[in-house]
Amino acid sequence: MLKTANLSKVTVLEIKTAVNTDFAKKINNLLLLPLIGLAVFMFLWHVAAKNIDTSLGQFPGPAQVLEQAHTLVDAHFVEREKADAFYLRQEERNAARLAQDPTYEAKIRPYTGKPTFFDQIWTSLYTVMVGFIIASLIAVPLGILCGLSQPAYAAINPLIQLFKPVSPLAWLPLVTMVVSALYVSDDPLFSKSFLTSAFTVSLCCLWPTLVNTAVGVSGINQDLLNVSKVLTLSKWSHIRKIVLPSSIPMIFTGLRLSLGIGWMVLIAAEMLAQNPGLGKFVWDEFQNGSSDSLARIMVAVLVIGMIGFILDRLMLTIQGYVSWDKSAVLR
Amino acid sequence: MNTLTDKHLELTQVGIEFPTPKGPFCALKEVNLKIAKGEFISLIGHSGCGKSTVLNIVAGLHQATQGGVLLDNKEVNQPGPERAVVFQNHSLLPWLTAYQNVELAVKQVFQGKMNKAEMKDWINHNLELVHMTHAADKRPDEISGGMKQRVGIARALAMQPKILLMDEPFGALDALTRAHLQDSLMEIHADLGNTVIMITHDVDEAVLLSDRIVMMTNGPSATVGEILNVDLARPRDRLALADQPEYNHYRHQVLKFLYEKQRKIEPVSAKKKSQLKSGDNQVA
Repeated sequence: MLKTANLSKVTVLEIKTAVNTDFAKKINNLLLLPLIGLAVFMFLWHVAAKNIDTSLGQFPGPAQVLEQAHTLVDAHFVEREKADAFYLRQEERNAARLAQDPTYEAKIRPYTGKPTFFDQIWTSLYTVMVGFIIASLIAVPLGILCGLSQPAYAAINPLIQLFKPVSPLAWLPLVTMVVSALYVSDDPLFSKSFLTSAFTVSLCCLWPTLVNTAVGVSGINQDLLNVSKVLTLSKWSHIRKIVLPSSIPMIFTGLRLSLGIGWMVLIAAEMLAQNPGLGKFVWDEFQNGSSDSLARIMVAVLVIGMIGFILDRLMLTIQGYVSWDKSAVLR
Repeated sequence: MNTLTDKHLELTQVGIEFPTPKGPFCALKEVNLKIAKGEFISLIGHSGCGKSTVLNIVAGLHQATQGGVLLDNKEVNQPGPERAVVFQNHSLLPWLTAYQNVELAVKQVFQGKMNKAEMKDWINHNLELVHMTHAADKRPDEISGGMKQRVGIARALAMQPKILLMDEPFGALDALTRAHLQDSLMEIHADLGNTVIMITHDVDEAVLLSDRIVMMTNGPSATVGEILNVDLARPRDRLALADQPEYNHYRHQVLKFLYEKQRKIEPVSAKKKSQLKSGDNQVA
């Protein structure tokens, strides 16, 4: 009796510890180890920064960067208040003039203050999404065509191979000139700088999606193709019912690569072309050359990285919704 | 079989050559076969003898380079739902449920001929035929291999084909599931009277299910070797048949064709001897 009681106690203990170690492992992998990695990085950064003296002063350590992040947030709210005050004054003035003279037509003048760090983030995000969407709308159908038809692939492949390795910065002057030449309008819906950046992003976003879609489509299981043949599906339903669902994973791999490249390209393009956005922020700070500049640039670097990461996760989430294979491990 | 319907499906001097870097490879030559309506035909032969190629030619997935196939006096030269195929590894679309897989076929074949409610009834009817109503809303990765094959059969039957082509439909299944599905298939065949051509490796399966067994010679240039009429009364019962001398006689005939007349692999003992000999030669 005593023995069995002891035994059961032991097993209960064992189960408990097993659960505990399992839980501990999870905590380790999800929280503890990443935190240790981060702490080591911070420490090395801190030490290295102290020992680097630049012409703009000491290289910023974590503390200075955090401080500048606060300044940038504060500056944003100050600027917002200024803008609100500006519009309020304008409204009051207009109302007053309208009271004096009922025929007066009020003009709303936009606030022309300096764009803050957060305005630049928004501009960059908007630009990259537009460029990426344009590229995807071209690349996915073209990729499907290449995957379905050997002649189309043979015709397009040399172009893909030729343009795929081209750096965005080589495209930029051409795109700028073409946009200025062709986009002539008295009341432009989009600014030229925005179009230049977006098209440059598009040109570099095209290729990964195009190549991956073509590979995905041409790799569809022969049995499924036979099913489609036996059912005599029309070309269109063949694409909709068989081709698209089975190549979704490859298409998304391409889209994620494209979005990553697009985000990198955009920052470079903005820097070079002085188009509004995070790239311009970095370049302006560099030219500004104050003692805070390097810390501000470092804030921008971290934000750029974080946004890149979030964009990738976003694509993964969308893939999770679109893909039929919910059990697939998405990384 | 009566002579009037004897010419439901007719293969005449069918041959096929595939181009290879070393010149054309003749896979099939002078295949002649007449199949009557409602007949159950098995194609049996060693691996690589061109059974699947025959089936694919009838399905229209391959084009014969010589001769041709007539179905009800019309030439077959492209795939079509009147010649439905049950593929070896089910080939269900993995992103659709069992119901949707059948629905895809039904919509394609009966678009404009049935209204929505009729289609729904027809899909459910076919799932019921293969006893899969309970898993209609499951996707292929959620059901077992046997169940997938059932859905594949339901999909083919739902097209109301003139001919049902089955490429080793039960090859990948365990023995118990296979027996179960064979019984289902016999039931369905008795009910609907489809014309069936089935490829198989399994001698028992061929004898149990078929009206005629077409035995093919080894490739290249494979052709019909012998045709065996299986004159066993239907419905057939596997347990009762096991003790019947006729059944064993048919079985024996097929085995004899496969392992004596068309032997593909040398017996192990003969192999050993020849190896020994060559070994001796090397020493000498």
